Amino acid sequence: MADLATLLFTALGLVFFAAGTVGLIRFPDTFSRLHALTKADNLGLGFIALGVAFQAESWAQVARIALIWVLALLAAGAVAQLVARAALMRRGGA
Amino acid sequence: MTAALGLALDAALCALILGVALAVVAGRGVFRAVVFFIVYGLLAAVAWVRLDAVNVALAEAAIGAGLTGVLLLAAHGRLRRAEAAQDLAHGMPWSAALAGGALAAALGWAWFEMPIPVEPGPELAEALPRAGVGNPVTAVLLNFRAWDTLLESIVLLAALIGVWMLAREGDWREPLGRPQHARPGGVMAGFGRVLPPVGLLVGVWLVWAGADHPGGAFQGGTVLAAVGLVAVLAGVIRPPWIGAPLWQGALVLGPAVFLLAGIAGAVLAGGFLTLPEGFAKPAIVTIEVALTVSIAVTLAFLVLGPPEAEGAG
Amino acid sequence: MTAWLSFVAIGVLASLAGALWRVWRGPAPADRMMAAQLVGTGGVAVLILLAAVQDWAALDVAVALALLAALAAVGFVKAGTPDGAGDPEEEAPPADMQLSAMTPDAAAQVGRTRRDPDRRRGDG
Repeated sequence: MADLATLLFTALGLVFFAAGTVGLIRFPDTFSRLHALTKADNLGLGFIALGVAFQAESWAQVARIALIWVLALLAAGAVAQLVARAALMRRGGA
Repeated sequence: MTAALGLALDAALCALILGVALAVVAGRGVFRAVVFFIVYGLLAAVAWVRLDAVNVALAEAAIGAGLTGVLLLAAHGRLRRAEAAQDLAHGMPWSAALAGGALAAALGWAWFEMPIPVEPGPELAEALPRAGVGNPVTAVLLNFRAWDTLLESIVLLAALIGVWMLAREGDWREPLGRPQHARPGGVMAGFGRVLPPVGLLVGVWLVWAGADHPGGAFQGGTVLAAVGLVAVLAGVIRPPWIGAPLWQGALVLGPAVFLLAGIAGAVLAGGFLTLPEGFAKPAIVTIEVALTVSIAVTLAFLVLGPPEAEGAG
Repeated sequence: MTAWLSFVAIGVLASLAGALWRVWRGPAPADRMMAAQLVGTGGVAVLILLAAVQDWAALDVAVALALLAALAAVGFVKAGTPDGAGDPEEEAPPADMQLSAMTPDAAAQVGRTRRDPDRRRGDG
């Protein structure tokens, strides 16, 4: 049962990572690429983390996996906003 | 099946690392090389985990992916403002290529020539129970080869003094680095408030766990330096000036405690830096905590650079 | 299960190769920086998978990497401000560059002008 959940969620995570990369390559401009990747890859990371959590041997490991995902979300949210604004400012100044 | 997939994973990782390394030196443009170098640090951390060297992976993740990136990007930003970045991309730096190639060849030769070490080495396995800690890396760094670690902690301090020599006379009493500012209540300021407490927890955990698990003074200190830097960059805390007594104390705390422990060993246990068997664990933990404080402050100050008042070029 | 998790790790690494192409190609600095950010997230995912495959201590490395993932990007946006020590949110964006006024055409236009420095190859 746990193995089945791991299989399902990690596969889903891989799909989102692939989707993020396709968006990063295919989308036409900086801002839509930014939007493709900050959402898709963090969803992918979340599913992979959830999948691996089913294999964890202790609650401490589950807590650490959860912390990793929360930190990644925090970083992605802040970075996406700041880099988008920086790209906008550079265009204005250029 | 599992072995074949493990091999494929290693092959994919190697291909990415080699590709990124090539892109760092072969591509035109300073900024592209800097970003590829950051990516190289990320992938190298994964490779160290693959090689079962979690201690090294922790250091690589904190230094390579964290501090070095900030340092190089700040340097590139400064070059760009000085309009000097373009001049660096011209021509093939043959001397650097030759030196790099020679070093790679020497390392390759050494890899084939050196005997493959037995893990973790019979002498180490025999001596480990007497070291006072369960993590073999910590045992080597702070007990068996403490001399190297002591000198390294002093080298870091010397490097910082070298950076401070670049300060201008008029800026001497100014806070370290450039005056950082951010929009109050903005994303950057908020991020600089949320991340450091979590980072403090992770850094302290790494030092504490370092006695028996992967981690230690250097890994924990680097994480602390990095989150402290985030707080400074976000304008949440103001860095001190060079002469602030409390911070100077923090800089020398690690080497000082280490030296005192070494001298105590010479008096009590019959040799400089020899830790008496019964006291090895408390002695190592004390040295590690003191070293962590010094490493964290020294690394953060190194990245901040010498004091520069506003308007400096 | 180990075999499957290794396979997923290889898949994530393969998707990172696409991100590396974007780091190489650019064209805007923000493109390269965000692609590096994707490599960071992918690296964290690979580390979580490796934790289950070989050693749970790898989780600590993943925590450190996730914690410091934003550091380089913060350095990047700071370096892009006029004095190299500011915050891109401090000034309002120029009026004609407001998000509402952005059309795909305008964005593509900027993309082209941004790409030019890379295209100059032989005029050294």
